[in-house]
Amino acid sequence: MTAIPSAAPTLTSASWRDYVQLLKPRVMSLVVFTALTGLVCARSPMNPILAAVAILCIAVGAGGSAALNMAYDGDIDAVMRRTRARPVPSGRVQAADALALGIALSLFSVALMGLAINWLSAGLLAATIAFYALVYTLWLKRRTPQNIVIGGFAGALPPLVGWAAASGTTPLNAWLLVAIIFVWTPPHFWALSLYTREDYAKAGVPMMPVVKGAASTRRQILAYSLALVPLCMAPAFTGLGGAVYLGVAAGGGAVFLLLASRLAASRAGDLAGERADDSDLYAVRAASAPARNLFAFSILYLFLLFAALLGEHLMNLAPLRWP
Amino acid sequence: MSDPNFEDGPSAKARRGRNLFLALALGAFVVIVFIVTLVKLSAHAAPYI
Repeated sequence: MTAIPSAAPTLTSASWRDYVQLLKPRVMSLVVFTALTGLVCARSPMNPILAAVAILCIAVGAGGSAALNMAYDGDIDAVMRRTRARPVPSGRVQAADALALGIALSLFSVALMGLAINWLSAGLLAATIAFYALVYTLWLKRRTPQNIVIGGFAGALPPLVGWAAASGTTPLNAWLLVAIIFVWTPPHFWALSLYTREDYAKAGVPMMPVVKGAASTRRQILAYSLALVPLCMAPAFTGLGGAVYLGVAAGGGAVFLLLASRLAASRAGDLAGERADDSDLYAVRAASAPARNLFAFSILYLFLLFAALLGEHLMNLAPLRWP
Repeated sequence: MSDPNFEDGPSAKARRGRNLFLALALGAFVVIVFIVTLVKLSAHAAPYI
């Protein structure tokens, strides 16, 4: 492991935008979207105001855990090109302030969820925050190449929290949504880490390409992709998804497998200097294009899957029934 | 003699910002709990109206 330089100590005044950035708004939007899908798929009558409060709690909880992550990871964020402009490593916000914000938002979201909705969803929200901040950030991230595999459980839980908020239960179909995001996470992050490998190595983060090499990572991405596609089609056979969902899962899954196969056959991650432009995460050299393509498509695929489920349930389209 | 507890400049500004955030967050918490209570009460009262 390489020595990690300390975060920039020079503090400049922070604006409200810096505090918004601490909440990782793009990640938060995906969390809210998957949680909303879980809430709607529960098909449980819910007052719209209470539904809005539940989604607010999940959004605030996601923001709180993101702030906790940034408070702790300021040292490694300062080393990586993708994260060095974040408020803590750039010195605009003190780590202590980010920590305080994260704790305040986490407590606020869990307490409100419990008082306003139900304590099952509050407990699941608390578990999600604790898993991300404590298990992933404090423990796994710097210790094992399985960091994002196990840590991905935290990112997979929001649909379950949404489902529990609406119905007070966590049936098998809710866990199926969790499983989809859980298995989707490794190919998604490992595709990204193939062409940001140098940054992870410099920061001492044991991502899979750093520890096991690019070839092994490409093979594991393909293996997870082979497991992911049938899993994504499963809701169409468990009374959750309809014909539209099945079409999206199968069609998108075919593209996903094609991109994963191309990546497995490529040499992405083998060479140094994979990124062509530090400011653009998607600008890579030709050799790493298959990794970039899978990374970008994985985001679209997950979005389309949950959008199909959400659309079907909002339009009251019947799920597929099999004899 | 200067007051050792007196803060000035960026740290005072940061503290004011934190205080304002906490006040707004607590205010929002109270308002949301109040609204949720009304919603829940009205749901339970509906059969009797």
